[in-house]
Amino acid sequence: MNHHYLLPDISQPGKMGCSLPVLDVPPTELPPKELLRQELELPEVSEVELIRYFTALSKLNYGVDTGFYPLGSCTMKYNPKWHEDIAKLAGFASIHPLQPEESVQGALQLMFELQEYLTEITSMHAASLVPIAGAHGEFAGLLLVKAYHQDRGDKARKKILLTDSSHGTNPASAVMCGFEIGVVASDSEGNVDMKSLESAMNEEVAALTLTMPTTLGLFDPKILEIGQLVHERGGLLGADGANLNALLGRAKFGELAYDYVQLNLHKTFSTPHGGGGPGSGPVCVKEGLADFLPSPLVTKNRGRYKFMSPAKSIGRIANFHGNFGVMCKAYAYIRSLGAEGLKRVSENAVLNANYLKEKLKQYYYLPYDRVCMHEVVFSARRQKAKGVRTVDIAKRLLDYGLHPPTVYFPLVVDEALMIEPTETESKQTLDAFIEAMKEIARDVEENPEILHTAPHNTPVKRLDDVRAARYPDLRWRMRS
Amino acid sequence: MTSIIPSPYLPNTDADRTTMMQEIGVDSIEELFQDIPETLRHAQFKLPSPLSEMELKKELNQLASLNTSLDNYVCFLGGGSYRHFIPSTVEHITSRSEFYTAYTPYQAEASQGTLQGTYEYQSLVCQLTGMEVSNAGMYDGSTAAGEAAIMACTMKNRGKVAVSTTVNPTYRDVIRTYIKGRNFSIETVELDSNLSSDCACLVVQQPNFFGYLGEMEAYVQKVHDIGALFIAIVDPISLGLFKPPGQYGADIAVADGQALGNQTSFGGPGLGVFTCRQEYLRQMPGRIVGKTVDVEGKPGYVMTLVTREQYIRRERAISNICTSEALMALAAAVYLATLGKRGLRQVAELCYHKAHYAAEEIAKLKGYSLVFLKPFFKEFAIRCPVAPSRINQALFNEGIIGGLDISHIINNAMLLCVTEMNTKQEMDKLVEILGRF
Repeated sequence: MNHHYLLPDISQPGKMGCSLPVLDVPPTELPPKELLRQELELPEVSEVELIRYFTALSKLNYGVDTGFYPLGSCTMKYNPKWHEDIAKLAGFASIHPLQPEESVQGALQLMFELQEYLTEITSMHAASLVPIAGAHGEFAGLLLVKAYHQDRGDKARKKILLTDSSHGTNPASAVMCGFEIGVVASDSEGNVDMKSLESAMNEEVAALTLTMPTTLGLFDPKILEIGQLVHERGGLLGADGANLNALLGRAKFGELAYDYVQLNLHKTFSTPHGGGGPGSGPVCVKEGLADFLPSPLVTKNRGRYKFMSPAKSIGRIANFHGNFGVMCKAYAYIRSLGAEGLKRVSENAVLNANYLKEKLKQYYYLPYDRVCMHEVVFSARRQKAKGVRTVDIAKRLLDYGLHPPTVYFPLVVDEALMIEPTETESKQTLDAFIEAMKEIARDVEENPEILHTAPHNTPVKRLDDVRAARYPDLRWRMRS
Repeated sequence: MTSIIPSPYLPNTDADRTTMMQEIGVDSIEELFQDIPETLRHAQFKLPSPLSEMELKKELNQLASLNTSLDNYVCFLGGGSYRHFIPSTVEHITSRSEFYTAYTPYQAEASQGTLQGTYEYQSLVCQLTGMEVSNAGMYDGSTAAGEAAIMACTMKNRGKVAVSTTVNPTYRDVIRTYIKGRNFSIETVELDSNLSSDCACLVVQQPNFFGYLGEMEAYVQKVHDIGALFIAIVDPISLGLFKPPGQYGADIAVADGQALGNQTSFGGPGLGVFTCRQEYLRQMPGRIVGKTVDVEGKPGYVMTLVTREQYIRRERAISNICTSEALMALAAAVYLATLGKRGLRQVAELCYHKAHYAAEEIAKLKGYSLVFLKPFFKEFAIRCPVAPSRINQALFNEGIIGGLDISHIINNAMLLCVTEMNTKQEMDKLVEILGRF
């Protein structure tokens, strides 16, 4: 199929993709022409051409519904179909955010109960559903940290500690909140290096942000000691909750010494990722931080639900109440699984990851050879020695109809391949992936060229990123 | 009795699990959780018992029915979230699971659909706003405004943001939260006041929060005279009829893209539209898609200028943002392409004429008046003879969601919104009920 045309190429004057009603009131004179636009150059296409164009585009895409999508740290689990239908109910999708509270009691109840479920799942005191994405939740969490210390009159704490394996959003969010960054090293086991933490953790540190399980897919057995050290020295312990899938129904952040956690409903709670949003990144906090949560929260009083703003709220971080449509799907997920179902989620996620780890470790270097949690990080350093890079392996996987893992992250692992199978994949799927990875490892030895030139079966071959950045072509132009 | 065993989302059978445990070399799944301290790995979770698809659908249908849907009620409420007509093309395309179950297009060869769709979005938004470049999308209009203010402060190395008094109060709150993170300050100013030279930017909304429009060129000139940036917050639908920010000289233009083919959905997901001048491209936050070629010279699309972004630059990134609300941006692209040149103009004209009809009819009522006698688009403020809450209650009793009560800003005032979705009959009923007070 030829997909190398764009909307202007199929545009022809006089076409339109839908019909609109005629004006049913007397027209009013238009305002002075100084306020009006002279021309509006948008494409003109018929409905059938439009649908065929975008349908053709969809066929160039790979989603969870297409096949295995083991993108580490992203939790690309299957998205139950009927949850989509729930979010599309008119009573949820077609309500206005500023309607009287009395007319949206069902929506407020759903939000209130979701707040309750999330605080129960994380053993926290309160939750705000407002953050629109994971990074937005991190931003909110760090603003809370800042407000908390300022409220105590402690103005010296201007630094956030992170591990060297942390997500890029962690330092970026800290800088957005006006903090400096301190980095804590990982030890040879992939855990937090306690000596490094010991020396970094001083009275200038506002909080340690620590993903758990870590971005190496490992649970740090010293988590309580870490929490104790941070707390003794006046800091807070915050979780990037990206990896909650490993702990569902089993362990709670609040009991693991954390003071706050930001969740990703689009990862852990199975709402689809949309090609890069919409997500939802609720922030859950212990009691001492609850007064600072972003506004609004939903409260319940004598059977009625209403919005409220916490006493010392960091303020508004979004125009309305968060991504309600995403909340509907996460709510349905939690209700359809219950506590026991959530536990089975983490069990199968961890089992699947360990199975991949055991089956692949003789073919790919495993930097931390120990029980992993929901994901496993390999290094292609053996393959690199033969002139094949992680990127080549990733591109070759595309030829097998598989989505590659996360590559080159975390940064502490050379030529990283971060594989997160999730619980929604069957042993058969994992076995097919393992076979592909074994064949690729064999090709590295016997036929490396096939890796260097991969992918071969995709709509386009390897694309020129350098050219894209050097000569930015970011839009088409249409002129009358 | 309810049963979730076997779970439809957990395909491994017991036999599979046994085989896998053998391969791993453990006797129980429990052993895989050995790194979690023993006392903490058996937490108790108090959650409702699980329900089947059938049961939960029934329950959630009932919960949804407790809400007053705009599908059943007439709506004159705006204030930042708008009920516009959404052609069915939008829903059908965004419901294709190749789009909605994908993630960020890190693997470009397997993501050309998302990437090319984003390139279309960026192009359409630039055409609409008259701006030179657009990113792939942000959270919502208010956070896009917050990011724009930070961008201006960083570029100009100045710590003060001036925001017009007629910018949506919630947007002002969000901008304040965003910039206070970086320890910048905010000042609310009258549009025609003189700005101090330490201001990095002036943020203006057009049409403003009260629905009114003005000529911007003189204000833009004043802002440029002190070396600051002019940031416009616009209503994308209004641009079907009114002068786009690129034409009156805005340096950055942002908008909420919900109105472009996305449901009101109780306020989210929305879409933050972010555009700016070409020369500021490398300071622009958010994801950007660019066109390039593959090794065989065939055109293709990639995420580009990624060295601005957090996953490459970490603490030196321009913003922490990762998501681009990609599905909402796709909806906006399909919406704009469906309506096209004539359709968008027609929608904007329908809004304009209908809103003016309603405003004129209301102004004829005894005790009512328009708060401002200035050009407006689809929203306008009216002064009522009684508290707007009383009027809204009466409207609600007759199946109408009234306007936004802004009596805390202007005495007894209500902000009404009329779109192409409102019929003459609905407006006449509105006027009739208003006339009872």
